[in-house]
Amino acid sequence: MKRLLSHWLPAYAFLYIVFLYLPVMFLPIFSVNASHVPKFPLTGFTWKWYEELPRTPALLDAAWNSLMVGVTAAILSTILGICAARAITRYRFRGRTAASGLIMAPLVLPEIILAVSLLIVMLSLGLKLSLFTVVLGHVLICIPYSVTVLNAGFEGFDRSLEEASADLGETSFGTFRRVTLPMVAPAIISSLLVSFTISLDEFIMAFFLAGTDATLPVYIWGQLRFAAKLPSVLALGTLLLVGSFILLTIAEMLRRRAERRVHGVATHA
Amino acid sequence: MAAVVEGSNSTPSAPRGRGRAFLQSEQAQGLALISPTLLYALILLVVPVGVVIAYSFWTQDYLSIDRTFTLEQYSTALGEPIYRDLLLRSLWVSLLVSICTVVLAYPIAYYISFHGGRHKSLWLFLITIPFWTSYLLRVMSWKVILGYNGVLNSGLIGLGIIDEPSTALLYNTSAVVITLTHAWAAFAILPIFVSLEKVDRTLIEAARDLGDGPVRSFLRVTLPLSLPGVISALLIVMIPTVGDYVTPKLVGGKDGVMIASAIETQFKRGGNWPLGSALSVVTMTVVTMMALAVVFIIRQAGRRVR
Repeated sequence: MKRLLSHWLPAYAFLYIVFLYLPVMFLPIFSVNASHVPKFPLTGFTWKWYEELPRTPALLDAAWNSLMVGVTAAILSTILGICAARAITRYRFRGRTAASGLIMAPLVLPEIILAVSLLIVMLSLGLKLSLFTVVLGHVLICIPYSVTVLNAGFEGFDRSLEEASADLGETSFGTFRRVTLPMVAPAIISSLLVSFTISLDEFIMAFFLAGTDATLPVYIWGQLRFAAKLPSVLALGTLLLVGSFILLTIAEMLRRRAERRVHGVATHA
Repeated sequence: MAAVVEGSNSTPSAPRGRGRAFLQSEQAQGLALISPTLLYALILLVVPVGVVIAYSFWTQDYLSIDRTFTLEQYSTALGEPIYRDLLLRSLWVSLLVSICTVVLAYPIAYYISFHGGRHKSLWLFLITIPFWTSYLLRVMSWKVILGYNGVLNSGLIGLGIIDEPSTALLYNTSAVVITLTHAWAAFAILPIFVSLEKVDRTLIEAARDLGDGPVRSFLRVTLPLSLPGVISALLIVMIPTVGDYVTPKLVGGKDGVMIASAIETQFKRGGNWPLGSALSVVTMTVVTMMALAVVFIIRQAGRRVR
C-alpha cells in the first residue's frame, strides 16, 4: 500500500498538472497556426494574427478601458483591503467575525446574482452605466482577494516593533509610515497586482455594468460569435495569458519576500 | 452592524476615563478601521441583494413597477416547467462539479501537504496559475478541444480510433461539467490543503503505533480531521457554479442551458425585473439548502467513520 501510494501519487500529481495546463496551452499553439480553424495537424507558423491586433481600433479602446478599470479597481480594493486586513489582524473587537464574513461574501456568491443586483440598484438610482459602474463592481469582488493577500502579510507581524516605535516618541502615523508600511509593502504590491489581474480578466460584472464601453473580456465575448475572428482572439488571449502570468509571478515573489522579511525580523527580535 | 456599534458604546473595556477609554479601546479602533470596507460591502452587496429580494415580491407592467406585495413571481419561478428544469439542471451540474473537483483535488492536496517537502509553495503556485488566467479563455479552450473540428476529434481521427468527428463531445451537460471542473480546480485544492496542513502528524503516528495500517489510519485520522477543508471546498465550488453564465453559453448548447441564462434574459431590455429577481432569490435559497444538506451528510458520515 505504501509503495503504491508513493508511486501513484506523484504520477497522479503529474497528470493533474497536465489536465490543468493542457487546455490553456492550446491558446498559444493555435494563435501562431496559419489555419483559421483550430485543429490538428497544424498548417504552418505565422505571426499574422498578432499583426492584426494593433490595427483593430475597437480592441485598442477595449484594452485602454480595461487598463483604466483595472488600475482604479486595484488601488481602491487594496486601500479598502488594507483597512480591513489591518483591523482583522491587529484588533480584537466584537463583530469582527461577522464583519470579515460579510467582506469575504462576494467570493462565495454566484457572480451573476451580484451583477444583476448591482444593475438594478444603479439603474434605479438613475446612474448611467459606464466604466465607473464596472469599477464599483470589480472592487466588490477584488476586496476578498486583497484582504486574503494582506491578511497573510500582516499576520505574524511583530507588534512589539510598533510599540517600540511609539515608546521612542513616534506618532501613530509616523509609526505606520516608518515601521509598519515598509514591512507590509510587498503584501500591498502583491494585492495591487492580484486585484488588477482579476479586474483585467473579469467578464460577468463588466458584461452587465459596462453600458456601451467594452472592457477586453467583453470585447472578446463579442468576437467569439464570429468563427473567422477566432485566431486573433486566440492571439489576444495569449497576450493576456502572458501578461497575467508575469504579474502573478511578481506578486508571488513579493509575497514570499514579505513572508521572509516578517519572519526574519520576528526571529531576530 | 449599527447594533454592534451602538452596543459597543455601552461597554467601555478600559477602566479609566469612560469616553476616552472607549475611543482608545480595541473595540472602537478596530471598528473604525474596518468601517470603510464594511460600508462598501453594505452599500454594494447587502443593499443590492435587499433590493433584489424586494423586487421579487413586486410585479412589472411594461416599464412601471407595481409595488404591491405578491408571490406571483415565485409561483412562476417555481411552477413554470422551463424555469424548474433550468433550476434542477443547474443544481445537478453544480453538485456534480463540486463533487468531481473535490474528489480530483483531494489526492493533490494530500500529496502537496504530506510529500511536498520544501516545494510546497511552488506546487501551490503552479496549481493556481491556470486559475488566474481569463475564465473566458479557459472556457473557450475547452470549446476548441471538444468541438466538431476540435483537438480531441482531429486527434482521435489522426490516431485512427474514430472515422469521422463525434458530435457527442460538445454542446451538452457533460461538456459543461468537464469545463467547470477544470475551471474550479484550484478553489478546491487550497482549502483541503490548508486543513491537511493542520492535521497533527503525531496523531497519525500514534494510530500507526497502535496497529492501524496506512489505509485505516488515513480513513480514521487524516480524512476526518481534514473534513472541514473538504466541506469548505465543496461550498466554495458549489454555490458560485450554480449561477455560471459563460460555460453553459459557450459549451452547453441547447441541452446545457442553466438558470443564469434565464436570469440574464429577464434583466435585458424588455425583460421582467421582478421575475428575474425571484429567479435569483430561488436559485440562492435552493443552492444554500442543497449545500447545507451536503454538509450535514458529510458530517454524519465523518462521525460514523470515527
